[in-house]
Amino acid sequence: MRGFLLNRLSQSLILLLIVSVIGFFVLNLLPGGPLAQFGLDPGMTQDDLERLKEQLGLNRPLFIQYLDWAWRLLQGDWGHSFRDGAPVLAVIGRHVLATLLLMGTSTAIAIAIGTWIGIRGATHRYSLFDYMATVGAMVALSIPTFWFGLVGIYIFSLQLGWLPAGNMYTIGDGSVLNYLHHLIMPSIVLSLVHVAIWSRYMRSATLDAISQDFVKTARAKGLSERRVIMKHVVGNALLPMITLAGVQLPSILTGALVTETVFTWPGMGRLFLDSLGYSDYPVVMGLLMFSAILVILGNLIADIAVAIVDPRIRLG
Amino acid sequence: MVATIQPVAPHDVALSVRDLTVNLPKGMERTHAVENISFDLKRGQILCVIGESGSGKSVTANAIMGLLPNVIRVSSGAIHLDGMNIIGMPQDKLRSLRGRVVSMIFQDPLSALNPLMTVGAQIDEVMAAHGVGTPKSRRGRAIELLTEVGLPDPALMYHQYPFRLSGGQRQRVMIAMALALEPTILIADEPTTALDVTTQAQILELIREIQRRKGMSVMFITHDFGVVAEIADSVVVMEKGHIVEQGSAQQVLKSPGHPYTRRLIAAVPHLTGEDRVPLETADKAPILKVEGLMKTYRSGSSLFSAQRVVPAVNEVSFDLAPGRTLGVVGESGSGKSSLGRLLIKLLDSDGGGILFEGRDIAKLSEAEFRPLRPRVQMIFQDPFASLNPRSTIGHILTVGPVAHGTPYAQAREEAKALLAHVGLDAGAFDRFPHEFSGGQRQRIGIARALMFKPKLLIADEAVSALDVSIQAQILQLLDQIQRETGVSMIFITHDLRVASQICDEIAVMQKGRIVERGPPSQIFLDPQSAYTRELVAAIPGEQPGSTRPVAANG
Repeated sequence: MRGFLLNRLSQSLILLLIVSVIGFFVLNLLPGGPLAQFGLDPGMTQDDLERLKEQLGLNRPLFIQYLDWAWRLLQGDWGHSFRDGAPVLAVIGRHVLATLLLMGTSTAIAIAIGTWIGIRGATHRYSLFDYMATVGAMVALSIPTFWFGLVGIYIFSLQLGWLPAGNMYTIGDGSVLNYLHHLIMPSIVLSLVHVAIWSRYMRSATLDAISQDFVKTARAKGLSERRVIMKHVVGNALLPMITLAGVQLPSILTGALVTETVFTWPGMGRLFLDSLGYSDYPVVMGLLMFSAILVILGNLIADIAVAIVDPRIRLG
Repeated sequence: MVATIQPVAPHDVALSVRDLTVNLPKGMERTHAVENISFDLKRGQILCVIGESGSGKSVTANAIMGLLPNVIRVSSGAIHLDGMNIIGMPQDKLRSLRGRVVSMIFQDPLSALNPLMTVGAQIDEVMAAHGVGTPKSRRGRAIELLTEVGLPDPALMYHQYPFRLSGGQRQRVMIAMALALEPTILIADEPTTALDVTTQAQILELIREIQRRKGMSVMFITHDFGVVAEIADSVVVMEKGHIVEQGSAQQVLKSPGHPYTRRLIAAVPHLTGEDRVPLETADKAPILKVEGLMKTYRSGSSLFSAQRVVPAVNEVSFDLAPGRTLGVVGESGSGKSSLGRLLIKLLDSDGGGILFEGRDIAKLSEAEFRPLRPRVQMIFQDPFASLNPRSTIGHILTVGPVAHGTPYAQAREEAKALLAHVGLDAGAFDRFPHEFSGGQRQRIGIARALMFKPKLLIADEAVSALDVSIQAQILQLLDQIQRETGVSMIFITHDLRVASQICDEIAVMQKGRIVERGPPSQIFLDPQSAYTRELVAAIPGEQPGSTRPVAANG
């Protein structure tokens, strides 16, 4: 187990290095370069730009810039936003909680409902429920999330007026209820597609497990059908799902670009879009590294979780 | 057939099946899985139900357990378990009988245990499900059971996960689980088929010993008359959903009445102990000479964890004359399949030489070996998995020779001739693999290998997946082909009886080494090594030198 962890950690570090190199150089290939936004300012002269370049160290060779940036990154200095000069980590920190609230809620909804639909669909295969779940999942997967968002806003905000159309809270009202009220629609809209994905995977994982010999053994022992399903089938079906959850973990923190835009939710997804539009390179690079770390962390956590649950890996 | 339907079975009958008919869903090849079958399992006896695949023996077992899938329904008849008719019994009542009155062990011990639960927890579960005992008393009982089935260190075994156990040990755990509540009836569905021959002998011995000690009634399903001879008190022979013959083991084995039974018994490969008449060939120089061949598997190699090293093939040397067959026998993990793959270079060797027609092919690169590939061909074990389901038989047969430069028209003619030769009609050329039975597919596999006019055929467990009657036909076909074409053969098998049928010489492998090599007469009648003696002694239903299975207790 220790060897396995060390192995995975060293692999992760190499992976991070590769991501950072590619990210850094590709970003600098964009037309206009890091100072494109400043160039649009009519008050800026060429001399000003040169001076700015010198100040920010952008006149050095790209390779040196990368080493400098990476070295600071390791020391916890992720640079400063071009927009307001705030430290990148602080900018990310401002938005990550909003995203965590939205994505955390919708993921919890998706996993709970998706697991239930998946198990029920598999144990009642080809029933009316199973067909409806299948069709429902296809619909949720084939219609883009923003459309559900717009329809939701039209019906529940404009027509019925039950739910707010956007934002995370009403300015001046910081109560929990107010947050929850704003959370309902975006979290449900966002969870639709995840319920669909999760339930399909869960259904097929359950079907795989249910046809195993040990399930027949469990029935032959005289266990109740409920215990056969809950203990023997679901236990084994959840193993591959842990890996899937690990893959989804990063999206919980990096946010949903489209949904956050539709509901003007002040999260990471919107931060990324805004920063890109503003050529705010330090923030974009920071977000890139942040999500890369999350992807690797998510997979690492999933691998460790599988190892903990599965004795064949833990002890093997 | 039994004429009268008794409402309640007499007291000395543990299980009574009367006029049982089980329907199959529409669109299957038969309308009934079993039709009008009746038999009794007497208390304290072992009843063997024997039949080939598709005979309905497993469906019968599942019907008795109340575990038939929803689409398969009992349409008429009665099953009395310990005097109670279970047909039409409510589900929860049925459930309370399972594991308590009747329990079951299955064919494949590797997949029959839940990989995520400890052995102890899985045994505990049977008792807990029927509300027996306290956690503490159940734990004691589980350890007692593990001792009873002969597992080493039961207290430690209790906390072990199944993947740590060998196949034989897992089957012992299954038996312990089935015995937990001292059921009246034990159903064993081919419990030794997936095991090595020495393990099989141990498990059969264990089942018989426990059955005698507890006076349990056992219904034992098998396809192997050797196993029947070892343990059966009485026998039921099934064919295509019908019982064609039943009676005492003595009677059925010694004087089978029904032609199907006679055919089945005749088809059982038995130890001949006689040497084959060698084929006369012009060339006496060995076609294949293997010298000190080595292959070591390394796994788990990485920066931080230690490497596991398994020597699969260790200093193996032998030679093979043209037109002769060398049998390679051994238990799983003996390295026999690795040896086969090394010879055809599907696997690279670590050391030693393979001289094929005088040329060392072990050191050749893939590109250098390619022109030689047609001359060494392989017949695979699983006739279902080794043919591409999307290709026609014609394509499967011709694609290789065409790739090696034969014009298509010529390849097609040869393929059609070969299909006729292996006993299929020429119409097979345009059909797909799924339209053929297992035996026919294996014939196609043989035809495919022969398309290249090989000098050496390597057959890896080529008949292991087939029913005995089909097995006999395929062995005959291979023998005939060898006599006609003079091809040399390496026949890899775990079944010594099969090896004794077709080989001029047999090499016995254990842990990567050849421990003994000699003609069948030596291997079976006068084995030189202790391991060979052990293997031969473990063959079910055989006394070396005899030509017929002998009855149990004989």
